[in-house]
Amino acid sequence: MIAIIDYKCGNLKSVENALSRLGCEYVLTSDPEVILSASKVILPGVGNAAEAMANLREAGLVDVIKSIRKPVLGICVGMQIMCRDSEEGNCECIGLFDSHVKRFIPTPECKVPHMGWNAIGNLEKKLFKDMKGGQYVYFVHSYYPTLCQDTIATCVHAGQMFSAALKYENFYGTQFHPEKSGDVGEQILRNFLAL
Amino acid sequence: MVAKRIIPCLDVKDGQVVKGINFLGLKEVGDAVEMGKRYSLEGADELVYLDISATREGRKTFAALVERIAEVINIPFTVGGGISTLDDASRLLDAGADKISVNSAAIKDPSLIERVAAKYGSQFIVTAIDARMIDGKWMATTHGGSVPTDRELFSWAKEAQDRGAGEILFTSMDHDGTKAGYPCETYAALCDSLSIPVIASGGAGNVGHIADVLTLGKADAALAASIFHYGEISIPDLKGQLRSQGIEVRL
Repeated sequence: MIAIIDYKCGNLKSVENALSRLGCEYVLTSDPEVILSASKVILPGVGNAAEAMANLREAGLVDVIKSIRKPVLGICVGMQIMCRDSEEGNCECIGLFDSHVKRFIPTPECKVPHMGWNAIGNLEKKLFKDMKGGQYVYFVHSYYPTLCQDTIATCVHAGQMFSAALKYENFYGTQFHPEKSGDVGEQILRNFLAL
Repeated sequence: MVAKRIIPCLDVKDGQVVKGINFLGLKEVGDAVEMGKRYSLEGADELVYLDISATREGRKTFAALVERIAEVINIPFTVGGGISTLDDASRLLDAGADKISVNSAAIKDPSLIERVAAKYGSQFIVTAIDARMIDGKWMATTHGGSVPTDRELFSWAKEAQDRGAGEILFTSMDHDGTKAGYPCETYAALCDSLSIPVIASGGAGNVGHIADVLTLGKADAALAASIFHYGEISIPDLKGQLRSQGIEVRL
């Protein structure tokens, strides 16, 4: 069973629909027992990182997430709050990934949010198994995780290179939305589910 | 670099995609879910579904349709048409829409943009502006271009951005349906004046028009309906030709 962590942080529907299209059984939950007994855990997130962290703390899930030993996938803000800290609301985050989340500074060349399909490169071999660099995935974000030793995919927006995906032990995260990235995104989700 | 997006627009009435010229005279062109799926397989980067039903029944049919679209389509899609309250937005979010677009309701009550953005984030709200040149100025209009407002395009787009809109979808009602191309200088000036992405809509008749608005017009995305619905240009052909002209697109 796959657990999608429900911590009142935006829309979970697109992740649910993506798992259904892949024929997976999943449960939406905030129950630590269910989360810790799941074979895979997904931490989605839309909206504001500081609010997401506050919701997660209120639900008592920060230490629960840290103690998961099965593969975990954070998506978008779900991934950002697995980093050290975020400039969005200047919040401390869970601290699994050795990355800081910073704001894109808007310029005429740098539209913010970074919205649309962008190519990813420098791909690690597990989450991106059998995938070539240069494929496009869908991004929507105004804050980005910096490059660090946990970076397993990169992307460039208006000259700024950032971590498109991160990995630390059993924890994975994507800044892009695999659930909205067409066939490429489905392949990435399949790879995660096969870990 | 983020790729320029190609976005087919589907006007929906009672579950069917329809196409009219300048909003007058409608013709059914296909099933909304099937057409969306086909465009997505052909390489569309996003889809826009606009509800043009005028009745309550039609609105209900549309919400149910949005759920089916969300189940089937694996790329982002925007829904618009008749969204005038935060509740309308919430219902469409719950049904699985990735973004909503607001038009007349935001002109009537600009705080709608702020309220939706505060609750669901800027990425969820597109502000659509239908403008036409009136006495030398681009003025926003409602009701398919027939009712002018006192909102000027550039200041209204900037205000929408400042209130939290994540994108501007600008349609020139002077060009929509003409297939004679986009007003590229206006698009370029609009894009330069904003820090959020701009989607160009209305006027595409050939690949050259789309290439122009994405380069000279600096638009981040091009939205079109009839050229795709009637198979005048296929999405793979369009994207292939754009790529060969050095425009970054997702292939």
